[in-house]
Amino acid sequence: MKAAAGKVAQLLVVMFLVSLGTFSLTSLMPGDPAVAILGDNQSPEAYAELRDKLGLNEPLVERYFTWLGHVFQGDLGTSMVPPNEDVTSLIGSAFAVSIELAVLALVVALVVSIPLAMISARRPDGLLDRAASATTFGIMSVPSFVSGLVLIALLVNQLHLFPRVGWVGVTDGLGQNLYHAALPVITIALLEIPTFTRVLRGDLVRTLQEDFVLSARAKGMPAWRIMIFDAFRPSSYSLITVLGLSLAQLIGSTVIVETLFSLPGMGRLVVSSASQGNITVIQGAVLVIAACYVLINAGVDLMYSVIDPRIRRVGA
Amino acid sequence: MSAPETAALAPTARPGRRRRIDLLLWLCGAWLAVLILAAITAPVLGLQEAQDAAKTLLEPVYQPPSLGSAHPLGTNALGLDMLSRIIYGARVSMAVSISAVLIGTFVGGTLGVVAGYLRGTVDRIIGTLTNTLLAVPALILLIALATVLRPSALNMALALSLVAIPGMIRVTRANTLAFAQREFVTVAQALGAGRARIVFRELMPNVLLSVVPLCLVYVSALIVAEASLSFLGIGLRPPQPTWGNMIGEGLNGKMEDYPHLVYVPAAVLFLTVFSFNLLGERMRKRWDKREVSL
Repeated sequence: MKAAAGKVAQLLVVMFLVSLGTFSLTSLMPGDPAVAILGDNQSPEAYAELRDKLGLNEPLVERYFTWLGHVFQGDLGTSMVPPNEDVTSLIGSAFAVSIELAVLALVVALVVSIPLAMISARRPDGLLDRAASATTFGIMSVPSFVSGLVLIALLVNQLHLFPRVGWVGVTDGLGQNLYHAALPVITIALLEIPTFTRVLRGDLVRTLQEDFVLSARAKGMPAWRIMIFDAFRPSSYSLITVLGLSLAQLIGSTVIVETLFSLPGMGRLVVSSASQGNITVIQGAVLVIAACYVLINAGVDLMYSVIDPRIRRVGA
Repeated sequence: MSAPETAALAPTARPGRRRRIDLLLWLCGAWLAVLILAAITAPVLGLQEAQDAAKTLLEPVYQPPSLGSAHPLGTNALGLDMLSRIIYGARVSMAVSISAVLIGTFVGGTLGVVAGYLRGTVDRIIGTLTNTLLAVPALILLIALATVLRPSALNMALALSLVAIPGMIRVTRANTLAFAQREFVTVAQALGAGRARIVFRELMPNVLLSVVPLCLVYVSALIVAEASLSFLGIGLRPPQPTWGNMIGEGLNGKMEDYPHLVYVPAAVLFLTVFSFNLLGERMRKRWDKREVSL
């Protein structure tokens, strides 16, 4: 119980520091933020109005707490760029797209890497293992914008299998939605497959040397049964850690893929806001993404005690 | 102890495999050496124009690569030479990523060693700082900073170093915990060495040496991060060539007609990242083996 309380306290401190960092982004801007946002050729009244709206006339500490108060009420401010939309609703709709992409990509990555890791772990250093290890090592060195462009060249321009750009929401039909999501999802999954495969393979190889595997083998269990029913669960802890970290990272890191395929997710929102100097949207997005990361990590910590009874006993 | 065992298990497979892997390692090393040498000596190599489109009005545009010609890797939309842009791009990519890793290693390494040696409150504060930096995904952190900072090489290196710092803190802290138990630290303490001396003269050299493989992996990660930013158009901007904005030039339908615009910089980026990763991986493996045999 005491450990849990400490954990929660640390989460709160981390979120406080993140909010402080996010907030102080405006003060990092060189010169007058109002000039930086509006450009040079505006009337003095326009600058004064924006400065007032940014709260630049109040002291820094007061500004921070006013801002934080609004954030707690779910109000992340309004966009700096016309049509000055509500940041919370902007982020809300973009978030749905990003989370769908991230979850689908992780599912695809797991579907590929679990069998791949099992095949590799069957005979460590065997032909299949070495082939898989070389392939994943190669894929690891391909940045997502390169793999995305190669996939576009192959699957869109040559084979005409997928649409080049565009997004159809789930509400407009699941089939169309998945059809448009397929290529971006594959591109993101490619980023994760190497890590997942390597982590799971390593743990499987270690588990397969345990006594209970030997006894299962001695009883005449087929190798695939041992792999799936005996070895997989005790080997999955590191994979779950990596999975949680990936999900948390992906919510922000689909930036490249979203830009490449013109998808209306968090990443694209952040990039377009960055090029417009739209600081309120950036602040809101960073805050939401960091909150997700912190929460997911806490969730992963909880998961350990669910799947591994040994930790539960130590913690209680 | 493990080496003779595996040799007994697979006496035929071992030597052949080792030779092939060594070759790959040498190829990667050679590629990086050539690239770094070319990047350093770029101004005296007599390359074609890389930046100023006003000087290339008479050059062919979108020329595909042909090794014998004046433009071995082709030209872009403005007639600028791709080979020369690749090399000048390497200058930027390498300088920015390597200095970012050096800054990150120094700052992160110091914090990590201090946290691991002093423990207690200092450790907790540094740990919270690390968690805070880790809570924002690298690319988002970089984009947020790019929104408010001017896109110069120095700012870029500083921003990228923030990506390397949390990982460095964690690894150096863990290593310090192990080194702090060793005899030479006890001896130094017994001889009356102060905390600062133990941190900087006894622990730092040992710990930093053990993070060299991680540094190489970070160099490749940061090269990708820098390329990603300039690909998105929020890093260093044209006419300054970087690998990322060169790949970005191929977007908007140009890739379909002139694939070399994308494939040339993409291939160079891949080879470089792959080489750094491989070097880091091999070093890490060799290191592990040494620790096991000790």
